[in-house]
Amino acid sequence: MRRWIWGGALLVLSLGLAVFAALLWMGWRQAPESLPAAAEPSVRALSVDRVSRGAYLARAGNCAACHTAQGGMPYAGGRAIETPFGRVYSSNLTSDPATGLGHWTEEDFWQALHHGRSRDGRLLNPAFPYVEYSRVTPEDAKALWAFLRTLPPVARENTAHELAWPYRTQWALAFWRGLYFRPSVWRDVPDQSPSWNRGGYLVQGLGHCASCHTPRNVLGGYRLGAEFGGYHLPAQGWYAPSLKEIGQAGVEAAGREEWVRVLKTGVGAAAVVTGPMAEVVSQSTQYLSLDDLRAMASYLTAFADAPGRAAVSEGVRSVAASAGSAGAGAQLYERHCSSCHGERGQGVTGAYPPLAGNRAVLMAQTNNLVRVVLQGGYPPSTADNPRPHGMPPFRLVLRDDEVAAVLSYVRNAWGNSAPPIVPLDVLRDGGASH
Amino acid sequence: MGSVLLASALSWAQKPDGGVPRADSAVPPPESMAARVQACVACHGREGRATPDGYFPRLAGKPEGYLYHQLLNFREGRRRYPLMSGLLEHLSDAYLAEMASYFASLEIPYPPPRPPGVDSALLERGRHLVQQGDAGRGLPACVQCHGPAMTGLSPSVPGLLGLPRDYLNSQLGAWQTGQRQAQSPDCMARVARMLSADEVSAVSAWLASQALPASPRAVKSLPQPLPLKCGGLSAGEGS
Repeated sequence: MRRWIWGGALLVLSLGLAVFAALLWMGWRQAPESLPAAAEPSVRALSVDRVSRGAYLARAGNCAACHTAQGGMPYAGGRAIETPFGRVYSSNLTSDPATGLGHWTEEDFWQALHHGRSRDGRLLNPAFPYVEYSRVTPEDAKALWAFLRTLPPVARENTAHELAWPYRTQWALAFWRGLYFRPSVWRDVPDQSPSWNRGGYLVQGLGHCASCHTPRNVLGGYRLGAEFGGYHLPAQGWYAPSLKEIGQAGVEAAGREEWVRVLKTGVGAAAVVTGPMAEVVSQSTQYLSLDDLRAMASYLTAFADAPGRAAVSEGVRSVAASAGSAGAGAQLYERHCSSCHGERGQGVTGAYPPLAGNRAVLMAQTNNLVRVVLQGGYPPSTADNPRPHGMPPFRLVLRDDEVAAVLSYVRNAWGNSAPPIVPLDVLRDGGASH
Repeated sequence: MGSVLLASALSWAQKPDGGVPRADSAVPPPESMAARVQACVACHGREGRATPDGYFPRLAGKPEGYLYHQLLNFREGRRRYPLMSGLLEHLSDAYLAEMASYFASLEIPYPPPRPPGVDSALLERGRHLVQQGDAGRGLPACVQCHGPAMTGLSPSVPGLLGLPRDYLNSQLGAWQTGQRQAQSPDCMARVARMLSADEVSAVSAWLASQALPASPRAVKSLPQPLPLKCGGLSAGEGS
């Protein structure tokens, strides 16, 4: 009997070790395939067209957002990216030979983008979204590289990551890659339209939408079967809404043209981008063509949940109706909100979003709503909306219980119906009783 | 019953949109610049006139270039106040310049200063530093850059009057610790770091106790050149 137990334990242990070693090996190996050597057109024809295409693709990948520090030179890196495993600093992508990519070749760049390996063979931290960038075609990678070569050199030494053990080790990265990363270029699905395929290529590739919108497990890998299901961004406090659910940021919920308008201008008829998505619109999607944005919408539509799945069930409605502070909430709304958002929560098109029927108001995840009231915010200046209207911060104006009261009122006025918000929710999302 | 009807008819007549009158019921039309800066006035007061007893500085009538540079400084991290940086993060230079120009153009009377509440020796020390500086250790007087009447130098050097004492204290402190910075060379950081804690307190107390002169606008030129080289100034300014 005892021998069986010991034998079993030994077997499990050695199996575990074997799996671990196999994953480690898979993560390390991932035999670098080189860039296919296509017949190159003449140098002259190459340069201009390829660089401008690369610049567009860099917008689609939103490279500058992470690779630029606050107030720093574009693409010179140094921005701290907070992760549950520590702080990762973006690198200098300019052509500076000593501190940037000056000595890199096109092949080196492909190794980074497609395989997540640096020039010296080191495995890169997946905060650099090579899980998605790996899908970029060799041709587009060449265009991106041609563009990056044109960036004027900026001397800024890279900052070392501040990661906890074991996440800073190469073997941990190899293990992670064994679990979650297989380099592979996007392949069009033959029975889908060219637009759908283009959208899929952008959403799943350079757009790296999943980075924020797909929930992750404790190791930072994507949760299986939950693609684009919405994710509470760790260390940021914002919730990246589901791109599938009707009650969240599903394309079908907004309507395709409204969805495209929000990504192009930062403001729609019933939505304003805030939080990290404001940065995405500001630096990336506003520069994308309407065709590409529509293609992305077309692709994401395929992920939409069935319309039957409403955000708020009838059972919750009765809870909401019994919330006590409607009187105080209504008064606060009248005093602080109604002059812009309207007596009936109708808003003013193009300036102040309507609150009646607004999905950001009604979502079960209330972080973003509370944060917007506490911190206020402006959507980005975009070519189509260069002078946006802004929401005042109420952190210093309203107490936590007042924020809770006014939001509970808004969530249940003018046909809205959603569970109330309690002061503890406000405190959790950055309020401070005073 | 009749009086209720009459009252509601009256309020209807006064407010055709049916809204309940508010204390500051003037709601600017959505297309106006006033509507676009509603996010600012929550803290800085209606039309950027500051709030009574508040910490947040007045914006109305400050030199345009100064306001613009402060907006850039917050956006780019040279000044640190998370609420400000968060609001400005994705706004363009052109829009920030327009906001600066809007607040600079507002001519709004200043409230009388609050009584200083500190002893007269400290006030006198503050007055002396503001008006004379301390040549012995190379400390310039405030008036040498901020104008003889301390109303600022157009377009980039701010006035020093009409600001809360707490705000002045914390700004000088922030310059000493590097929490607040300006474009290089950061002349104000050099000056602030020459001041002791007592001197900061004295200067802030005296400045906060002074009434604005009859003409509160920033001057166009100074009687003598600036004593220090400063970043963030327009060409020819202060020369």
